[in-house]
Amino acid sequence: MSAAQMSLRRRMRERGLDSVTLLVIPAVLFVLALFIYPFVYGLILSFHPRIGGWLANYQKFFSEPFLYDTIRITLVIAVPATILNVVLSVPVALRVRLMKKQRLLTTILVIPITLGTVMVAEGLLTYLGPRGWLNRTLLEFGLVDSPIRLIHNYWGVMLSLVITGFPFTFLLTLSYVTGIDPGLEQAAAVLGARARERFWRILLPLLAPGLAITLALAFVQAFTVFPSAILLGAPAGPTRVISIVAYQAAFEQYDYSLASAIAMLMAAVQLLIITALLASRSLVFRGPASSGKG
Amino acid sequence: MRLDNVSRDFGHMHALRDVSLTVERGEFVALLGPSGCGKSTALNCVAGLLQVTGGAIYLDEQRIDELGPEDRGFGMVFQNYALFPHMSVRRNVGFGLVTQRRPKPEIEQRVNEALALVRLESQADKLPGQLSGGQQQRVAIARAIVVGPPLVLMDEPLSNLDAKLRLEMRAEIRRIHTMLGCSTIYVTHDQEEALSLADRIMVMIDGQPRQIGTPEELYARPANADVAEFMGYRNLFASPSENGEAGLQVSVGGARLTGTAVGEVGARAMVAIRPDDLRLTGDGPIAASVEIAEYHGRDFSVVARAADGTELFFRSDQRVTAGDAVRLDAAPARVLVYPA
Repeated sequence: MSAAQMSLRRRMRERGLDSVTLLVIPAVLFVLALFIYPFVYGLILSFHPRIGGWLANYQKFFSEPFLYDTIRITLVIAVPATILNVVLSVPVALRVRLMKKQRLLTTILVIPITLGTVMVAEGLLTYLGPRGWLNRTLLEFGLVDSPIRLIHNYWGVMLSLVITGFPFTFLLTLSYVTGIDPGLEQAAAVLGARARERFWRILLPLLAPGLAITLALAFVQAFTVFPSAILLGAPAGPTRVISIVAYQAAFEQYDYSLASAIAMLMAAVQLLIITALLASRSLVFRGPASSGKG
Repeated sequence: MRLDNVSRDFGHMHALRDVSLTVERGEFVALLGPSGCGKSTALNCVAGLLQVTGGAIYLDEQRIDELGPEDRGFGMVFQNYALFPHMSVRRNVGFGLVTQRRPKPEIEQRVNEALALVRLESQADKLPGQLSGGQQQRVAIARAIVVGPPLVLMDEPLSNLDAKLRLEMRAEIRRIHTMLGCSTIYVTHDQEEALSLADRIMVMIDGQPRQIGTPEELYARPANADVAEFMGYRNLFASPSENGEAGLQVSVGGARLTGTAVGEVGARAMVAIRPDDLRLTGDGPIAASVEIAEYHGRDFSVVARAADGTELFFRSDQRVTAGDAVRLDAAPARVLVYPA
């Protein structure tokens, strides 16, 4: 019997399972209780509409432009915001990589994350409003004739997504950029490649897998935009994003089933885009961004 | 290729002071020195990866130290090879030709020639990560020479390889250099590597060139005590010296030896003797007792202590064991005496 126990234990160990593995159990329970269970519950709920057959919620969503158009509206905000954030992050990260006092700059950039979207939205309301600093300065110098509208429309939401999203994409991008062996750029330079060529031929291909992940994470953040769409946007019109509709279904119409269906559709759109992004990674190089044993 | 009083400071630290060196066409020059002596800094200055803070660098009488690395057209082999991990061997080697906008057929032909030279034709379509250390090293060399550079720079290219492969690649580098005849500057801390590869060696210590000479000169007659220490003269001690009838007299381990002066030697001197020049003889003047004897196959490497407590290093063909009393002697020509 003792021999049998030994062999079981040894077999488990060979598969990388030992008593330390048991420590993941709390984490697994946590994920099951707080993520998997609500998700499955919501999925089932979405197929039990208040009126009609089991697909009635989805039929309703896709037959009313007032509802299905929110997917387009959200994408029109989230996709440009995501791309802008990542495109801005790359050159900044490439520059910051060379700096000695990185920590101060990263601290400054992390602050918007810690403030949260509501606080940033409040700040932007006063700063960008018709009587805010920006418009007053522009008027003072005669650069504009009347205050420019930057809040309660598309641009307000866009700006807030850039301000809260940029630090996040920047920090991720910076970690990918610093993972690239600086010797590779030096080697390329000695071989006659100028800065532009070094970027397109060496840095970008090596960054691409990391940028795909950054894009995916930044997109999820932007697609679920809610507070700033209400505070800085025009929640009845151009920034009526999908999360607002889900909120209204749940807490204004008390139709949890419809709200669940909308949440499921949000998840589906995100899943679709993330899958596409991560699948595109396999088209580019995925190995380590350094060479040799170094 | 000529360096004129090249200096490089990092803040208040002088990494490189007044380095002057001329490399003739086709010559193989090694920069040799202990780690941190500035030899890699010197190489990076030549490559253009570091700006010089003083002096000038000329290539065929044309000043190049103000050009960026991409305008110098040199080939460089890095210590960690710095192969582009996302490109096949073929594209790695061809990179320098692509940046020169050469026509495709020419690139293909020259890449094939370079790969043939380093004997890697069969691996051309693999990624660097799929190659062994020695093969990656060959790719790095092929990539550096394919552009036909006026000067090839190598920064400790063998230090990441194991002992056997290092010997193989050393012969390989020598073979390629003989075939192509391109001027080469080779940085290393390994004196054996420098001695076996180079036409001339520049020994650098603390950012300053201390001696430039042929391998034979450096091995047999270092110009000063610092270089002697670095070139393996392990028996190095201060001693009074005086000119006697038989020549310059110095004291080693309590015994008197006749030596050869290198430079102006005063009453106080530094004596330098290689372990292999200190011979075990029955009637030698130095008496010592063996402390450690290491078997090296062909001979023994021995640490002994002289009667006056001086530690002596020598090599012996005969078996000796700890505790043995031995007598040692050295030929006057091989006892080098430096000014203290």
